[in-house]
Amino acid sequence: MRTLTFGGRNFKEILRDPLNLCFLFGFPIVLLLLLSAIQANIPVSLFEIEQLSPGIAVFGLSFMTLFAATLIAKDRQSSFMHRLYTTPMTPADFILGYTLPLLPIALAEGVVCFAFALILGLKLSINVLLSLIFLLPVALLYIAIGLLCGSVLSDKQVGGICGALLTNLSAWLSGIWFDLDLVGGVFKKIAYALPFVHAVEMERAVLVGNFPAALPHLWWVLGYAAATLIAAILLFLHQMKKQ
Amino acid sequence: MVAVKLENLTKKYKDVVAVDRLSLDIEEGELFALLGVNGAGKTTAIKMLSCLTAPTEGDAFLLGKSICRESADIKAFIAVSPQETAIAPGLSVRENLSLMCGIHGFSREKKDEKIRELTEQLSLESVLDRRAGKLSGGWQRRLSIAMALISEPRILFLDEPTLGLDVLARSELWDIIRALKGKVTILLTTHYMEEAEALSDRLAILKDGKLLMCDTPDGIKAATGEDSIEKAFIRVVKEAKK
Ligand SMILES: Nc1ncnc2c1ncn2[C@@H]1O[C@H](COP(=O)(O)OP(=O)(O)O)[C@@H](O)[C@H]1O
Ligand SMILES: [Mg+2]
Repeated sequence: MRTLTFGGRNFKEILRDPLNLCFLFGFPIVLLLLLSAIQANIPVSLFEIEQLSPGIAVFGLSFMTLFAATLIAKDRQSSFMHRLYTTPMTPADFILGYTLPLLPIALAEGVVCFAFALILGLKLSINVLLSLIFLLPVALLYIAIGLLCGSVLSDKQVGGICGALLTNLSAWLSGIWFDLDLVGGVFKKIAYALPFVHAVEMERAVLVGNFPAALPHLWWVLGYAAATLIAAILLFLHQMKKQ
Repeated sequence: MVAVKLENLTKKYKDVVAVDRLSLDIEEGELFALLGVNGAGKTTAIKMLSCLTAPTEGDAFLLGKSICRESADIKAFIAVSPQETAIAPGLSVRENLSLMCGIHGFSREKKDEKIRELTEQLSLESVLDRRAGKLSGGWQRRLSIAMALISEPRILFLDEPTLGLDVLARSELWDIIRALKGKVTILLTTHYMEEAEALSDRLAILKDGKLLMCDTPDGIKAATGEDSIEKAFIRVVKEAKK
C-alpha cells in the first residue's frame, strides 16, 4: 500500500515532466527515422530494421537511468527524503517505490519503438511481443544503475554522469551504431565484459526467434542487473543510516 | 509532563562539534524555539531528535522514548517540516496531502476528512489543484507544514519555517503556527529574533552547538537587562565569547 502510493507519486513525477516525455518517445522515433533514411540511401546491414529496432529499444532504456537517478537525487537534496524517513516508510518501500513505476514506463518506450519500427517495415510476429518482454530485465538493469547513481550523486552530477557519460558509454559499447568487430581488440573485449552489447544482441536474437542465441546474453544482463541492484540497495541503506 | 528531554545531546562531525552537550526539557503543549545564527547547530539538533541521524554522545527522550533505541516508536508520533521545503514538486497540493495520507495508511474516508481539515486549517483552498513546485515560497512552506500535520503528530519539528519569506507571508505563517499552540508540542528553530519572541513560550539561545541561555522571552530580557530579544541575544553571545 505504502509502496504503491509512493510508486504512484514517482510515476506522476516522471511523466509530468515534458522534457522526460520528449526523451522517452521522441528520441527513439527520431533515431529510427534518421537511420532508416540513411539506410534507404546507403544500405548497411547494421541499420536494417530487424537489426536497428532492438538496438534503439535498448538504447532508449538508458533514459530510465536518468529518470530514476534524477528523481532520487532531487528528493535527497530537497529534503523530501528526510520527511519520508521520519514516516513509517521502510527501505523496501523506497526501493520498490522508485523501481516499479519505471517498468511500465520502460515497456511503453519499447512499445512505441517497435510500433514505429512496424510502420517502417518490421514484420509483425509473436517475436515482437517477446522482444518487449525481454526488454524488462534490461530495463531493470538501467533502473538499478539509476538507483545507484541517485543514491550518491547530486542532481547536477546526475545530469553529467547519467545523462552524458552513461548514455555515451552504453551507445559506443553496444554495437548499435557500428559493428564492434570493425574495431576489435581491447575495445571489443571491454564491450563484451559490459552488459550493454549483450542486451542488444539478446534483443536482436529474440526478434528473429533465435532463443538459444539469446540465452547466454540474458544471463549477462540478469547478472549485471542483480549485482547492480544489490549494490544500489546497500548504498541506499548506507545513505539512509548515514543521514 | 515533559514531552522532549535532551540529555547531553552531542553530535560531532570530523572536525566540528555541531551540537555540544545540549540538555533541556520541553513541556507537553509548549512552543519552544531554538534561536541561533547560521551554523549554530539547530538543524543538526532537529535531525537527531527526529531520528534521522544518531547522536555521537548523549541521548534524548520523546514522550519517554529514547532516540537511540526506540526510533521506530518515535516515528509514529513525530513529524518534521525540514528547512528545505520538502514537497513533491510535480504533484498538486491535494496530491501531496493525499500522498502523505497514503504513506500513513489512512482509509479513503479518513484521507478525505484529513485533507478537508488541513485545507481549512492552513487556508489552502485557492491552491489545492496547483502544482506544488510552481507555488511561491510562502505557499510551499504552508503545504510543508500541512504535510507534517497529516499524521496528527504529538511532537512537531519546524526547521526555520519562515526562512526566506516576505513579511506578509511570514506574518500569515506565524498566525498558523500560533493556532497550533497547545494542541501539539512544537520545537521550532529560527535565526529571526522577532520570530522567537513572537511565537515561543520559551527559547534557547544556541551558539556553536552550545546552549547559552534558556528561558521565556521576558525572562531572557530581564536577565540581560535589555528591552528586546535581539539586544539580549547579542549580549549573551558576546559575553560567551569572553
Ligand atoms: N553532514 C555534515 N557534515 C559535516 N558537518 C556538518 C554536517 N551537517 C552540519 N555540519 C556542520 O555543523 C554545524 C551546524 O550546522 P547546522 O546544524 O546545519 O546549523 P544551523 O541549522 O543552526 O544553521 C555547521 O558548522 C555545519 O557546517
Ligand atoms: Mg539549519
